[in-house]
Amino acid sequence: MKKVVYGLLILLAVIHQDVWWWDNGELVFGFMPLGLFYHSLYSCMAAGVWAMAVKWAWPSDIELWAESGDEAGGEQ
Amino acid sequence: MSSITPLIALGQVTEPLSRTPLVIIGIYMCVLFGLGWISSRLFRGSSKDFFVASHSIGPFMLLMSVFGTTMTAFALVGSTGKAFSLGIGVYGLMASSSGLIHAACFFLVGIRMWSFGKKYGYVTQIQFFRDRFESKGLGYLLFPILAGLIIPYLLVGLIGAGTYIGGVTRGMFPGTFADGAVPGWLTGLVICSVVLFYVFSGGVRSAVWANTFQTIVFMIMGLVGFIVIAKGIGGLAEASELTRQHAPEKLVREGLMTPAHFMSYMLVPLSVGMFPHLFQHWLTAKSAKSFRLTVIAHPLCIMIVWVPCILIGIWGAGLFADGSLFVPKLPNGEPNANAVLSMMVKKFMVNPVLIGLFSAGVLAAIMSSLDSQFVCVGSMFTNDFALPLFGSERFSDTQKVWLGRGFIVFIVVITYVISIFKPMSVFNLGIWCFSGFSALFPIAFAAVYWKRVTTAGVFASVIATAVTWALFIHDALGRAAGEQWFGVKAHGEYLIAGVMPVAFICLASVVALVGVSLATKPPTSETIDKFFPVKG
Repeated sequence: MKKVVYGLLILLAVIHQDVWWWDNGELVFGFMPLGLFYHSLYSCMAAGVWAMAVKWAWPSDIELWAESGDEAGGEQ
Repeated sequence: MSSITPLIALGQVTEPLSRTPLVIIGIYMCVLFGLGWISSRLFRGSSKDFFVASHSIGPFMLLMSVFGTTMTAFALVGSTGKAFSLGIGVYGLMASSSGLIHAACFFLVGIRMWSFGKKYGYVTQIQFFRDRFESKGLGYLLFPILAGLIIPYLLVGLIGAGTYIGGVTRGMFPGTFADGAVPGWLTGLVICSVVLFYVFSGGVRSAVWANTFQTIVFMIMGLVGFIVIAKGIGGLAEASELTRQHAPEKLVREGLMTPAHFMSYMLVPLSVGMFPHLFQHWLTAKSAKSFRLTVIAHPLCIMIVWVPCILIGIWGAGLFADGSLFVPKLPNGEPNANAVLSMMVKKFMVNPVLIGLFSAGVLAAIMSSLDSQFVCVGSMFTNDFALPLFGSERFSDTQKVWLGRGFIVFIVVITYVISIFKPMSVFNLGIWCFSGFSALFPIAFAAVYWKRVTTAGVFASVIATAVTWALFIHDALGRAAGEQWFGVKAHGEYLIAGVMPVAFICLASVVALVGVSLATKPPTSETIDKFFPVKG
């Protein structure tokens, strides 16, 4: 599942370059320019993929290591 | 007085203008003073509490403080102004890409940095790099560079606040100030004083509290303002239709940017992975789990703030082309894009209380970044310069806090003076600042993922970044139009071979980092064991 998540993140980076409607000024819902609508959806998709990353690709090992034992730093 | 007359003729003001918005802003500032006072009661008096809030911040406050810190005048005033000039593509340039890249920086780098900070007691980013790369000298090299890059970031806030308040108060004080508007120097003085007060009261804990409060304020007021402006124009559909009729080029990207230019912008949000003030916010987290909400919700929060700003910007372009929106001009005769948001507010918000609340929201966005940056420069000076140079044992904990406070005032005064004499586009200034941080990001990434990276490689990368950044910024801003050595100016941007300079600065940084690391002696096994404690 971790690999799927990383694959989706790469896919997100690719589909950010939406050259296919570069000159399309159509208004979605009568007010939202298509390019802006697409990138708003993109923001929602990014949140979704990050939710998957948190669930399936969380760095539990480093978290456990950091929270085990005492802090070494003290008052710096 | 004379400069107000054309405004009246255009229907922008009916004199004398109500000063109620300023009263509302004044009340808002008093609330922040109160918040600073309350959080100072919780201040534990130690330098660790002043600089990283004793690692006590939970998920919601972490989200609000991190998001509030990354959204400054750049996000509200700058994005509206840039959309006025470059159209809807501005959302893709910075906002949607940030939803992916910022969250990636938090997830891939932030959590690891937090874990090292928690385990080894780091307070600043430079302390981490100093240990990771086994070099005290690296700290002395990075300190002036990072502090120097924060100054333009602070300038973005001060110039944005000054321009916005100047626009919205235009005509309120005829005969007292030029154009009857509150001057930028006064706005800058007030917001610096308020932020300094609450930052001095409780350090980063106060900044986190104030950020949380201010982020909620600017998100709510941003949406309210957007609805009121849309309604004032005649509705969402009517507003966009006006743009389609009078400035249709703003609804598309064709002619305003190229795919290569657009793609190269994706490197700019990498800057958050190297922001020293964000590193400090990461360290305030109570646990790694506190990051989860930030990683998921950050793209949505960006969308909530940026989509309305972009729409207001393109609607402003339509109204301006139609001749029904007044936008003050710059000395070169071009409309001042920084003033578009305030002009839209002034034209379509008739209720002075609402104008005051919305303006408080804009200032909230700006101040929620300034506070973190103030604390950060103080932390860096104390922990990365003064203590290593003079010895930690030489200062008591209270003296360390005061050292930080003293340097904060020094930097704020410098920035304040520059903001008065050197105004420029908020968006472009922000981009130059972010480009420098982005080019240093490979160092942060390599520090937590690449065992083979060496001290010499990092030195080479920092120097390559500093040299290319300085060279390009001199070429772009210090030389007359048409006389550039490397790039060309198009649509208000400086492009090299059709892409943003950040692409070449990052390339120089990566080549130097990898090339010199591979050619020099690997780090000691003690260091590798310390910073790569788990497999995978």
